Amino acid sequence: MSVVLPFPASDAIIACQGMSKHFGGVRAFTDVAFQARRGEVTAVIGDNGAGKSTLIRCLVGVHVPDTGSIVFDGREQPFSNPDGARKAGIETVHQNLALIDELTVAQNLFLNREIVRRIGPFAFLDRKAMKREARSMLSRLSINVPSINQRVRRLSGGQRQAISICRAVGSGAKLVVMDEPTAALGVQETANVEALIRRLREQSVSVILVSHNFDQVRRLSDQIWVMRAGKMAATVRAAETSGNELVALVTGAA
Amino acid sequence: MSNSTENAPAAHSAGAAEESRPSLSALLLDPSFWADWASVVGLVGLVIIFGIAQPVFLSVANLQALLLASAILVVLSIGQTFVVATSGIDLSLAAAVMLGAIILGLVNAAGYGIVLACVLALLATSAVGFLNGLIITVGKIPDFVVTLGTLSAITGLGLILSGGEPTMVGSTFLLKLASGSFGPFGYPVWVAIAAVVAAHVVLYHTRFGVHLLATGGQAESAGALGIRTGRVKIAAYTISGFCAGIAAILLVARIGSAEPLINTSLLLNSVAAVVLGGVSLFGGRASILGPAIGALMLTALVNGLTLLSVSAFYQPLAVGAIVVLAALIMRYQK
Repeated sequence: MSVVLPFPASDAIIACQGMSKHFGGVRAFTDVAFQARRGEVTAVIGDNGAGKSTLIRCLVGVHVPDTGSIVFDGREQPFSNPDGARKAGIETVHQNLALIDELTVAQNLFLNREIVRRIGPFAFLDRKAMKREARSMLSRLSINVPSINQRVRRLSGGQRQAISICRAVGSGAKLVVMDEPTAALGVQETANVEALIRRLREQSVSVILVSHNFDQVRRLSDQIWVMRAGKMAATVRAAETSGNELVALVTGAA
Repeated sequence: MSNSTENAPAAHSAGAAEESRPSLSALLLDPSFWADWASVVGLVGLVIIFGIAQPVFLSVANLQALLLASAILVVLSIGQTFVVATSGIDLSLAAAVMLGAIILGLVNAAGYGIVLACVLALLATSAVGFLNGLIITVGKIPDFVVTLGTLSAITGLGLILSGGEPTMVGSTFLLKLASGSFGPFGYPVWVAIAAVVAAHVVLYHTRFGVHLLATGGQAESAGALGIRTGRVKIAAYTISGFCAGIAAILLVARIGSAEPLINTSLLLNSVAAVVLGGVSLFGGRASILGPAIGALMLTALVNGLTLLSVSAFYQPLAVGAIVVLAALIMRYQK
């Protein structure tokens, strides 16, 4: 099954084609095309080493691809660093690199985009405004934490993941990228985070979801892209596929 | 809170359960409370013990002398706090004080005026801090090794510049700084108070303060969020160097000359004050008031022991015991 789509599709928030990335002699992926539609949850699945994490890292500016073009929000702009991608409107929810344990929930939600009041040449934190905003960000996504003044260290894995996602969404990002958002969570916590992703979908937030879990991907996403051995093997609508078909696409049995 | 209720879709507003403070008795039974307030508890304890054992300790004159004596250590502890908050340590702090003092003395002796001498001393110690930070972040070398190296290197530089000889600094400006007072406190105390207030505002009310704690807490995560952790670290070391410069000026003012000797107890006590002040040596959590009170406490300890005619030989022993005790209590910090 080859992937032939107009590039970039008119409703794509992000699209890339002809993209390759090598690390020395190791090919992460070659000649990959991918796109995610605006307001949809787009999943990327594949076996370990299929190249999906590297693909995502190229999209969010952690790596610079060797070849190929990226179009984000209608403009051709490969990012040379994560900061550039953030400024353009791509927020990443990292697997482990997410929150600062010693800072409070509110401080984490506003880390590196603090609200400040200027007095002459000086800028002071507006802590009241940040706390107020933090409360409304959390309640908009129905995220429950004991207190926004609590250090993140004392929260559970699910709560932490919810706060990372909240931070990504709350920044006004045009695209939220989640790399294995439930990999380290228990059953109940996974259900909570999935519920949160569903709420994002209802609110038409554009999401790219990287996952190993085929059932989860079918539950949460609109479009699924399958990578295999450094190539984009297939793309299917989530509603029109089955778990068996996904397994076949990932393993190459199809 | 049980797992089943968190993040529940039908949740109430996020801030509902907060703002309920624990009762006083619960607070007093919580080891974390004692860990956070170790320096205050220690200071109050020392004041009570010394006040009973030697009533002169509580005389206004002695308390003023105590505050005056603590000013240098308070300023140094603030500098050390910024570095420790990034999970580093500045071992070159006392050596930088010495270098600053020597430069101050030499520039003044060359006839350039005391203001320029003070400015150059501040620039030199800030440059030492900047260099520390640069080598640590660009060279990716542990803080401990780099600052140990600069400790030795700038000690040598100080000896070379001064030829090993002390330089007398007979400046009316410094004399006034050391002996003058405004209201109840001498000028050095006001300098220390100003440093505490400025550092507190920087740490708690600026973006830099939050980024500093984030860098110390989890540098990698902070970097992933676009915080330039290298710059933050360099800034922290530069602040530490600047504080060493202020301390150098206060020191020269106090003793009237620039001596090519490092006061090793200043370095050890600056780290001790930081630990007593509840600042985590692993970085990420810090306060300014804590270390400042820690510095006050260590000075009170020496002052009280001296008043009780305890031999000076016992003072390092007492300081060491208290610091290790404080570090043990810190384990209960939440």
